[in-house]
Amino acid sequence: MGLETMPVSKLHAESSYDPADFPVPTGREEEWRFTPLSRLKGLHDGTAAPVGNVVVEVDAAPEVTVETVGRDDARIGAAYVPSDRVSAQAYASFEKATVITVPREVVASRPTVVNVRGLGEGAGHGATYGHIVVRVEPMAQAVLVLDHTGGAVYADNVEFAIGEGATLKVVSLQDWADGAVHVSHHHAQLGKDATFRSFVVTLGGDLVRLSPSVSYTAPGGDADLTGLYFVDAGQHLEHRLWVDHGVPNCRSNVTYKGALQGDGAHSVWIGDVIIRAEAEGTDTYELNRNLLLTDGARADSVPNLEILTGEVAGAGHASASGRLDDEHIFYLQARGIPYDEARRLVVHGFFAQLLEKIEVEEIRERVLSAVEAELAR
Amino acid sequence: MSTLEIRDLHVAVGDKEILRGVNLNISSNETHAIMGPNGSGKSTLAYAIAGHPKYTVTSGTVLLDGEDLLAMSVDERARAGLFLAMQYPVEVPGVSVSNFLRSAVTAVRGEAPKLREFAKDLKNGMDALSIDPAFAQRNTNEGFSGGEKKRHEILQLELLKPKIAVLDETDSGLDVDALRVVSEGINRFRASGDTGVLLITHYTRILRYVKPDFVHVFAGGRVVEEGGPELADKLEAEGYESYVKASA
Repeated sequence: MGLETMPVSKLHAESSYDPADFPVPTGREEEWRFTPLSRLKGLHDGTAAPVGNVVVEVDAAPEVTVETVGRDDARIGAAYVPSDRVSAQAYASFEKATVITVPREVVASRPTVVNVRGLGEGAGHGATYGHIVVRVEPMAQAVLVLDHTGGAVYADNVEFAIGEGATLKVVSLQDWADGAVHVSHHHAQLGKDATFRSFVVTLGGDLVRLSPSVSYTAPGGDADLTGLYFVDAGQHLEHRLWVDHGVPNCRSNVTYKGALQGDGAHSVWIGDVIIRAEAEGTDTYELNRNLLLTDGARADSVPNLEILTGEVAGAGHASASGRLDDEHIFYLQARGIPYDEARRLVVHGFFAQLLEKIEVEEIRERVLSAVEAELAR
Repeated sequence: MSTLEIRDLHVAVGDKEILRGVNLNISSNETHAIMGPNGSGKSTLAYAIAGHPKYTVTSGTVLLDGEDLLAMSVDERARAGLFLAMQYPVEVPGVSVSNFLRSAVTAVRGEAPKLREFAKDLKNGMDALSIDPAFAQRNTNEGFSGGEKKRHEILQLELLKPKIAVLDETDSGLDVDALRVVSEGINRFRASGDTGVLLITHYTRILRYVKPDFVHVFAGGRVVEEGGPELADKLEAEGYESYVKASA
């Protein structure tokens, strides 16, 4: 850890619905120092005028209700208060929000798919701001897919409010066109004994900065946050995890893996976890691994764990970034397998365990073939 | 009929010369044992022939049926008919044994094997080596014991059917039962057709199961004595001491 490292509690102390409460980032702040601000197209300094060129369409399971509501709906902002400038800008700027509700004790019969489609050619002019609220009422269970495609400059907040004993599994796919810019906050608020499974896949776009966070309102919450990213030349893909253990006996596990190839491919992974004084019996582990497939790619990885109680069930983190292992490639080649195929096998192997966790088969297939396509480049 | 010809081979790791002029001829239906003390360069010979990037060939030639192996990439050498059973087989996370073997067989044969046929070959191969069928779904070499790794190497040998097999200390770390199973595999391979074997070993133990036609004593990065199987008996009785002194 460098000298500049601040305690996690301090990093996430600010929250407000008003962008004016956050100074315009300069790039020197801990939470902005990895992000190339010049590529944010004005999302961070209030200069990106709303243009509304992102369409949100929901293909919901029959048991699930979908509403488009105005800014004054009381359910908006109930589970999440923006914690940085762009998040607050998105909160202050969206016009309509999508509210998805899984009613009490309902088990959704199929995944609910939210298509978030940018209509612009690449970044285009101006920005779009969005807001989605997903409410899973007590004892309900649902699978949700957030599928981001097309071209846009898009900032949004997604709130997952997961009730007592409920289960929500989310796959968020950032499969943007080249040139797209996406800054997003996903916050999950877990009730008593709630279960949250998040699977993030980030592949496309010029700049994606996704901040998944988790908090618990009562004991027994269980969150798994899994992520996979493949960064190509010139892309900046950033994931900022933040797990706030503020109540006793909750669990969290964060596993993110990325592959990078090409000049200027840049990934950032921040894994902030706090176990507050009252959160006895917490069990948490976070892991980030990066595979650098070529020269000229860079992976920044910063796990940051702050423990304020002596009574934890488990707490740990690990981070490793490395090149393709020559010994793996040699072994496969020594059995006649050509270099490109050997590389493909090793990268697949690197992601294999993660991919198995995607329960929605169509999405798993799509991610697999996307990884194939990346490797064929 | 195939021949591996090694002529005046010099190999360095970094600036350090390890092999200092190795000459060997291995033909089909011959089994050669290379024996020598630790640090004599035996494994360097194996890895240099296979093309491991850590080893630099500074001079000499290696020909397989007249083709220049040293001009080939690692995978081209394997497809040309060379096989190296490694002393320390590499763990490849996330790549299952069956996926790995199918990819290797496809590459070496130049076409994908029929699924049913491959499944049968794999099952028979695993049975013969007393490998638990569940291993097919495990990650390649990951969490395998030393003996399991060596059996897995011999399974590959039998599936890939190379022209010339180099077995680098395949006997090391094996208990008596595993040694017998592995030796039987090597002997099946020897009996399977026109194949040559170069068996690299520190101990004479495996030579009781796999009878060599020729024994070469390796010391100081070159062959210092050659003979028939009787040479192994001499080494068993006297050890390497006299060779080590002579080459120092």
